[in-house]
Amino acid sequence: MNYSRFAGSVAAAALVFGAMTAGAEPVEDTLVVNGEIEMTTYNESAPDYIPGLYEQWSGWHFREGETRAMQADDFDNPGMLAAEAGLALWETADGTEGKSCADCHGGIDSMAGLRPTLPKYNEAKGELYSMEMYVNDCRTERMGADAWKWSGGDMVAMTAAITMQSRGMPMNVAIDGPAEEFWKKGEEIYYTRYGQLELSCANCHEDNYGNYIRADHLSQGQINGFPTYRLKNAALVSIHNRFRGCIRDTRAETFAEGSPEFVALELYVASRGNGLSVEGPAVRN
Amino acid sequence: MKRQFVLAAAVSAFAAPAAISETAPDDVVFNEYAVEASLTGVAGDAEAGAKVMTNRGQGNCVACHMVGTMPDVPFQGNVGPALDGAGDRWTEAELRGLLVDSKQAFDGTVMPAFYKTSGFIRPGDGYTGKAATDTFGPILTAQQVEDVVAYLLTLKE
Repeated sequence: MNYSRFAGSVAAAALVFGAMTAGAEPVEDTLVVNGEIEMTTYNESAPDYIPGLYEQWSGWHFREGETRAMQADDFDNPGMLAAEAGLALWETADGTEGKSCADCHGGIDSMAGLRPTLPKYNEAKGELYSMEMYVNDCRTERMGADAWKWSGGDMVAMTAAITMQSRGMPMNVAIDGPAEEFWKKGEEIYYTRYGQLELSCANCHEDNYGNYIRADHLSQGQINGFPTYRLKNAALVSIHNRFRGCIRDTRAETFAEGSPEFVALELYVASRGNGLSVEGPAVRN
Repeated sequence: MKRQFVLAAAVSAFAAPAAISETAPDDVVFNEYAVEASLTGVAGDAEAGAKVMTNRGQGNCVACHMVGTMPDVPFQGNVGPALDGAGDRWTEAELRGLLVDSKQAFDGTVMPAFYKTSGFIRPGDGYTGKAATDTFGPILTAQQVEDVVAYLLTLKE
């Protein structure tokens, strides 16, 4: 096949549409939240276990200036409302035991350092665990309360409040030892071309980040900013909610939120961002 | 009453040949990456093809390709090459093959196959996220493919 037949048209298009695509690359900018939390949103190299990725960009760089500014100040970040609700939930007793999170764990700042390590292998359960699973284990096993829905309002608020304790710390999930088999499963899912459109995560977020699909400026699909306030949804959304939306848009049958497939994918995608700062709750389109 | 029967017979007489000559997705014959034969035997309508190309629920070609002859269509994507001059660079048969299943030409391309119904992993029921039914059809109808081919052939530089 002759690729050079395309070359002429690409060059011509670059001339004609130059102005339109000038913003196609990730924007160079620096994120400091509240004037004090310095975020690592770019690394010039990526982890060597991700051979297809040569650099790391937080999704923050792919958004417009106004959106980027919203995340730089908690008073402007619409995701902070839910995060504050999560802080209140931390102190609220629930279930037959009449206990709150704080009764066992103390202040929520005791959760600092947790977000960067999740998902991780849970020895006692013999399973890979996301933050949502730890929260629900506490609720059902220690508090005598009902499990929350994976992407329900209370769960997203709680994961935002816990995540926030680690803002600015580098993502650092383990991919070796007992986590390795889950990581490999996640990697396989990442590169599988699902649905009638036959698109893998990599097709858009590895091969085409910086390009546009209609008005969508494709990012690297990093998840260090989750839960993320999506302006489109006017709500904080969970990682698995976003995975589901992406796979649905390939005209595929998605996996369920909380499914072993999505937890494995979460580990793999998190590992692609190892070294980027925890930003959640971030602000995106 | 009698008249209605005559009418019905006349309608089916017209409809039948079109249905018979339409090539089903699994029966499309490739010559390398080109498809010589029309999928329907009915000439493509370039104007209808332009609509298919910009409709989000149909071809939505502009999601990934810029088309200079469609300046009124906002937010044209740049994942794929611009389509300007496509009618110079490709023959009708090549364009048809690229629309039916571009992976025959470009192994690993991100471009979806627009006239294919088998070989998918976890195909969905449209954009619902649910599993597809047993009888899901291709993204475009045979005639829509012919219409888009007709429009692309007008793109000369």
